[in-house]
Amino acid sequence: MNGIFSSSLGKKLIMSITGLFLMIFLLVHLTVNLMLLFGDGKLFNFAANFMATNQLIEVVEPVLAIGFIVHIIYASIITLLNQRTRPMGYIQTSSNGVTSWASKNMYILGGAIFIFLVIHLINFFWKIKFGEVATLSYDNGLTQMADTYSLVSGLFITYWWYDLIYIAGALLLGFHLSHGFWSAFQTLGWNNKIWIKRLEIIAYIYAIIIAIGFTIIPLYFLILK
Amino acid sequence: MNIKLKIWRQPNAKSKGRFETYPLNDVSSEMSFLEMLDYLNNSLIKDGKEPVAFEHDCREGICGSCGMYISGRPHGPQHRTTTCELRMREFKDGQTITIEPWRAAAFPVIKDLIVDRNAFDKIMQSGGFISINAGAAQDANSILVPKKNADEAFDSASCVGCGACVAACKNSSAMLFISAKVTHLAQFPQGRIEAEIRVKNMVAKMDELGFGGCTNTRACEAECPKGISISNIAKLNREFFVAKLKD
Amino acid sequence: MSKLNSKIPDGPLADKWTNHKASLKLVNPANKGKLDIIVIGTGLGGSSSASTLGELGYNVKVFSYQDSPRRAHSVAAQGGINAAKNYKNDNDSIYRLFYDMLKGGDFRAREANVYRAAEVSNLVIDHYTALGVPFARDYGGTIDNRSFGGVQVSRTFYAKGQTGQQCLVGAYSALTRQIAKGTVTMYPRREMLDLVIIDGKARGIITRNLVTGEIERHSAHAVVLATGGYGTIYYMSTLALNSNASATWKAHKKGAFFANPSFVQIHPTSIPVLNSYQSKLTLMSESLRNDGRVWVPKKQGDTRKPNDIPEDERDYYLERRYPAFGNLVPRDVASRAAKERCDAGFGVGSTGLSVYLDFRDAIKKKGKKVIEENYGNLFDMYEKISGESPLETPMRIYPAGHYTMGGLWVDYNLMTTIPGLFAVGESNFSDHGANRLGASSLMQCSGDGYFILPYTITDYLASDIKTPRIKTDTPEFDAAEKEVSERVKKLLSINGNETPTSYHRRLGKIMWDYCGMVRNEEGLKKALVLIKELEDEFWKNVKVAGKAEELNQELEKAGRVMDFFELAKLLCTDALNRKESCGAHFREESQTETGEAKRDDDNFSYVAAWEYKGQGQEPELHKEELKFEYVKLQERNYK
Repeated sequence: MNGIFSSSLGKKLIMSITGLFLMIFLLVHLTVNLMLLFGDGKLFNFAANFMATNQLIEVVEPVLAIGFIVHIIYASIITLLNQRTRPMGYIQTSSNGVTSWASKNMYILGGAIFIFLVIHLINFFWKIKFGEVATLSYDNGLTQMADTYSLVSGLFITYWWYDLIYIAGALLLGFHLSHGFWSAFQTLGWNNKIWIKRLEIIAYIYAIIIAIGFTIIPLYFLILK
Repeated sequence: MNIKLKIWRQPNAKSKGRFETYPLNDVSSEMSFLEMLDYLNNSLIKDGKEPVAFEHDCREGICGSCGMYISGRPHGPQHRTTTCELRMREFKDGQTITIEPWRAAAFPVIKDLIVDRNAFDKIMQSGGFISINAGAAQDANSILVPKKNADEAFDSASCVGCGACVAACKNSSAMLFISAKVTHLAQFPQGRIEAEIRVKNMVAKMDELGFGGCTNTRACEAECPKGISISNIAKLNREFFVAKLKD
Repeated sequence: MSKLNSKIPDGPLADKWTNHKASLKLVNPANKGKLDIIVIGTGLGGSSSASTLGELGYNVKVFSYQDSPRRAHSVAAQGGINAAKNYKNDNDSIYRLFYDMLKGGDFRAREANVYRAAEVSNLVIDHYTALGVPFARDYGGTIDNRSFGGVQVSRTFYAKGQTGQQCLVGAYSALTRQIAKGTVTMYPRREMLDLVIIDGKARGIITRNLVTGEIERHSAHAVVLATGGYGTIYYMSTLALNSNASATWKAHKKGAFFANPSFVQIHPTSIPVLNSYQSKLTLMSESLRNDGRVWVPKKQGDTRKPNDIPEDERDYYLERRYPAFGNLVPRDVASRAAKERCDAGFGVGSTGLSVYLDFRDAIKKKGKKVIEENYGNLFDMYEKISGESPLETPMRIYPAGHYTMGGLWVDYNLMTTIPGLFAVGESNFSDHGANRLGASSLMQCSGDGYFILPYTITDYLASDIKTPRIKTDTPEFDAAEKEVSERVKKLLSINGNETPTSYHRRLGKIMWDYCGMVRNEEGLKKALVLIKELEDEFWKNVKVAGKAEELNQELEKAGRVMDFFELAKLLCTDALNRKESCGAHFREESQTETGEAKRDDDNFSYVAAWEYKGQGQEPELHKEELKFEYVKLQERNYK
């Protein structure tokens, strides 16, 4: 391991591992969020409550935060280092028909997602964590929990432009993942001539699921409520 | 056909360069791109101007000498083609063709379209070989190599070291170049012996020489005149991490 | 008595090299590091010499006009590399490889040298394989072989159509290893412009730094030339555009004899001249003749598309004339046969100067996939240039200047007539006689560099171990540098109207017309006059753009063309002198009734080694008689 992270490949390894970790998180996050669409919010509130009180999640939460931070820091380091490699650029560049826009603009996409993330944290995480959410009783008062559903639905129903911000965030994420997913495997070395096509397809499927999944929620509140 | 050429002119490494535009008439569509430049140079010399310096030698796509950024792409618009193999029939009458040298901190311009690719040699010197002296080898057939491995080694070893991968990459990364070498040698039993030290040294040298890191945009693979796949890079990564984890 | 001592050892043919090696002197490892060796050129001959000498512990300096050793023109060899491994169990042997080469060269090479080349061929394959050269393999993991022009066994090792590139990358990797170790110092982008001789021995070179224009001095205890051939004398050839004869020519002018300069191989399968701007003729490996059938229409001036011409209206002239070897006759025979058909008006294409090479039947028999796997990259190359796919329509091919069997005269130790100056690979004359068989050039230059020169140069250097580093501030270096600088100045000062390339093209046309595939006395005499006239014009009217102290490609070209003029005259003089036909050298005056080459063993069974006698003087001919003790001279017959 000695000196691995000082090499360009080691830095990429960090991006890859944190990226994969965050992608797993996104799937869990989406699964919980999709419960917003079913029933009157009880399901979602139970799920959110479970996530908020589960001890395992308590451990994972700081790890997740570190994952995000490391992913962002290393993205910045890599981007900075790579920018030095071409002091004078080309005056004309044309498409080669293979390179995707997302792959060339991961840092820009990432930056935009980061801004979205801050807004998102202020909207929900902050409030849930620091107790500004009203509590609700289920099962004839036997169970008391935060009414996260109202927090979310309230925001999406009251402010239409928040819906747009969340839809934009989901789409940005989709683009970011369309490259990030297979790229993570490529960096780890889990790729070859046969698997590259498969991984690309899986990447697109994954990116579409995430993008559409997270888009449906604000759309649901915007249109149906 | 008549064309207009916008070419980077730079007298030497120290001077500042600029673009010059030259109209060129009566270009035949059968000419190779370099023959078109010969034709331009001939007329420049006749006009008492300095001809455009560009590197070339075999003119059949195998020596890797030629290489220029033509209309926004390394080696021009045709897929899997070196500049010398490119024909003028790929261009339209009246078109303006921009010709730039490879741009990378690791490939400084020497003159006009000629860049210094010595960094590739330095990477090779850091480990791109199998250490065996002449006379020490056993019978060639005593090393059996599965055909699949031999074929893959051939594909990787068909790299001609032109530098288009670096020129195409937005990070000026040399990953395709070194991965092709690492993969080539790693396919053979005799190449496995030094595989770990080789991959570590070559990556370290690449970083040291000012090439960027790989961000998997696939531009290198798209522009490689020999069609070298980025699966080589995946293999390099694998080899590197496995080797490095032991340190 | 001749000044030439070939130093061929006594004893039975098969033991000569072994016995000779045993008699060669050695140098103590501790002394090797004190001895400097200059190697010019980084192709297979140069890279192999330099890396091996470095491995032995000598202090090696290697020079190349390219930016990297890997670009040398060995890279372009396509078809393969021969060895007498007998992996195919088709009764091949060192003797057969030797015999095929000697016969292929029309008995104008030394028995001993050729036998040795065959003998070390197996070691070369072992070494390249160990270096990681990806030779084609069979499913069982063993190496595959194929047959190649002019022989009846399958002894050619190949890596698709890029054998030269793959071998050179291997040789280059071994060289880079020595550069990293510090035993070899690489001087890229340098062109050798003169040889420095001190006390009768080669002791250094003058180079021009092609980036800065600086004239530099480099000294050594011995100098090795591995600078390839001079096929670009025809301007258009299959060679790299910058390939040149300057290093060997400068050595010749300093006293190295030039042997058999007129032995130039015209390769039968190159892409023909398609337009007047063309700068080179791209070779299509003759391995294509394994599966491709050569034909022209039976009707003169037939303008139908090739696929529209029915079978019975096609003349498969090689199969017709040479039933035993068919499409696999040696290169010179195939080339002249193509020229004969085209001259008779049966040629195809817009110029009428090409013949078809057709894969239709092979595709039918073996399937598209197999043919594509074997020749895919050659087909791609052809398609890029011509715009046609050989899988759909027959290729058009025509002969082109390719390989020069002639070169600096060397003795059995590969040393020229200048003590301490060695020549390996194509730059020497030694192993291919009057014609080279396919896939034997890679074999010879690699054998020279890996397994012959390192032994023989050690023998030479053994008497030099007390000689300290050669100083470069001697009057000999002063004089050589002055001469080079003045020549550069002279070229730049003429400031006439015509570019060096234009003169090169005109010289090439003279050479192709009068000293190409077919030669005769009248034409050669005329050529000598024309060359002289053109040379005189060159020195009055050449325009060399740019300055001396910068990267100046025009100046590089001018210097090379200047030397080509002088070499061209020697080439024609040699062709004129050799009144027989042999191998690639075809004199119209000497042919059989059926138009085949007719040798004259009574009068011309010798190596013609030419001595330079000064500017404007006639060169002096020295004859090295060729003795054949182990093979019976016979007419080359491929019928």
